[in-house]
Amino acid sequence: MKSLTNLSQRTWWIVGGAFVVLAALLPVLNISIPGVLPGATYTPGTLQLLALALLFASLALSYHLLFGTAGMLSFGHALYFALGAYGLGIVLQQTELTLIPALGLTLAIVIAAAYLLGSLSLRVTGISFAMVTLAFAQAGNVLVRRNPSITGGEEGLRLDTEHIPEFFIGVLNTRNLYWLALALLVVVFIIVAWFENSRAGHAVTATRENELRVRVLGLRPFGVKLMAFVIASVLASLVGMVHLLLQSGTTPRATSADFTLTILVIVVLGGVGSRWGAIVGGIVYTLLDQRLTALAGSEAIADLPAVLRIPLSEPLFILGTLFILVVLFLPGGIAGATRRLGTGTRATPVARKRLEEAE
Amino acid sequence: MSTIILLLITGLGLGALYFLVASGLSLIYGLMGVLNFAHGSFLTLGAFAGWELARRMGGESWGTLIASLLLGMVVGAVVAAATEFLLIRRLYNRHIEQVLVTVGLALATVALFEGIWGTDAIYVTAPPWLSETTEIFGALVPNDRFLLIGAAVLVLLGIVAFLRYTRFGLVIRAGVENRSMVTALGIDVRKAFTVVFAIGGAAAGLGGVLASHYFGYVSPQLGGSLLIFAFIVTVIGGLGSLAGAAIASVVVAILQQFANYYLGGTGDLMVVLLLAVVLLVRPTGILGKKA
Repeated sequence: MKSLTNLSQRTWWIVGGAFVVLAALLPVLNISIPGVLPGATYTPGTLQLLALALLFASLALSYHLLFGTAGMLSFGHALYFALGAYGLGIVLQQTELTLIPALGLTLAIVIAAAYLLGSLSLRVTGISFAMVTLAFAQAGNVLVRRNPSITGGEEGLRLDTEHIPEFFIGVLNTRNLYWLALALLVVVFIIVAWFENSRAGHAVTATRENELRVRVLGLRPFGVKLMAFVIASVLASLVGMVHLLLQSGTTPRATSADFTLTILVIVVLGGVGSRWGAIVGGIVYTLLDQRLTALAGSEAIADLPAVLRIPLSEPLFILGTLFILVVLFLPGGIAGATRRLGTGTRATPVARKRLEEAE
Repeated sequence: MSTIILLLITGLGLGALYFLVASGLSLIYGLMGVLNFAHGSFLTLGAFAGWELARRMGGESWGTLIASLLLGMVVGAVVAAATEFLLIRRLYNRHIEQVLVTVGLALATVALFEGIWGTDAIYVTAPPWLSETTEIFGALVPNDRFLLIGAAVLVLLGIVAFLRYTRFGLVIRAGVENRSMVTALGIDVRKAFTVVFAIGGAAAGLGGVLASHYFGYVSPQLGGSLLIFAFIVTVIGGLGSLAGAAIASVVVAILQQFANYYLGGTGDLMVVLLLAVVLLVRPTGILGKKA
């Protein structure tokens, strides 16, 4: 049995490697998938969308570390994404720093903020933790909206390109940003996998399953939980920074409660507790969101009677409903469903257990 | 002096709104351990129902106001009970999944409201008396504040009386204390769940109609923005404690009003700071049980 799981794990790494190689080649290939992608894979528009999908996959992975591994149901993860995006944007605008030092400065700010807010929020557990993290994220939203002179307010913050290397600017260089997003996904994946297999990762998993037992063993769960929280936050902020470069700016939506919940939706859609589930969830969600938005504006929808037209023209309504159905009938998400198809066993109890341990 | 009185009464009015949302959250959490993210949607739907009614009946009369308040309550109660019956109950004892379902419902319903009523704020009409002011010790207090405070006090008394003097109330109180014991005694707690959801939904629906008069408009985001403060209130008051929610509602709202007036509009941030302080000093909240 053990060799079997080892084998399948090795297979997964090979499949993952092949995926990365294929993904890296996409900008030089001419592949069209009508209905899924807006154009051939070498066109900037498609690359922009694919880069966005990869970024959401990374973000979902960082949340997987928090929720799937450590069992912390945070409703404020978007705060760190926004901190990365707004932080880098503001540093570039207000100082004369070039990209790399600006990135370093922003990271230092994120680490300090995540350490402070994490140690505060971790004083409570379970549902209270979710509510408290949401409250802190909401404070970020207020700060962004109230200080338009620094953050651009409702208009959003435009990227100041003065100190950014040439090859990251302009539509023609979208493929460089795409490769950057892919590299980030690989880095995030390696860090998350490494953390899960480290001593701290094992301690955090044990805490998720039975905090009391970990305490009895003489370990302090608080420290490792805080560590997982800070690492997940830093990874999210990195995604935010690349997102700022890709979109040439950022908007207050990044700080909204909706966005925070979106990350949770992605992870649950992909399958809680599964690394590649998070990645697939991020990619599927982004493509689905884009397709549904296109669908909402299409003529086929506009001609329908109001009862059908109104719900179908709201992408979030469809995604929210889909999410409810997944939670009700497919608790393992996409990953669980595939596993069930592949092995013929029911993955549901495992996923259910993982969800309930999160309390 | 008159400014302080105005701020205090306005704070009480806002606190009343927070309490109307938080009371339902707190009851539901206390009995079932479910954090209901869709609670804001019950509120928004109640507000829209009240507005639609007022639009058809002409919003200037008292009869319309009372009818819209009642309709808001009924809509909130029905939708909440249906949510419990159709979605929450299927996931019996799976608390995280119950929360996730309400998250999905909140996202979907807000999008649906935007589709139906548009994203812009819709202004409401009310009896002229509500927009007039009454002088109390030199402070000109808008009359709608009194309506809010009165409604919240009635709801608080009503819920307390219900919990104390009815059989359902007894089952609910016992269920909050020890659910497995109540089930073991052969009492069907599930019926109590639906009732609690309906009561919470009614309070939220009422809060929605009142909120539309307090802020002067209805919008799909109305419930969500109030819900976050209601969350903060329930954490500060102690999860599952009705009295704690009542105290925290007033404290939070008054702090918010004073900070907005004297500290340059920093009310929202002050509330989050208060939350941080409470977490540091007393993580279980004012009246929360020891973990």
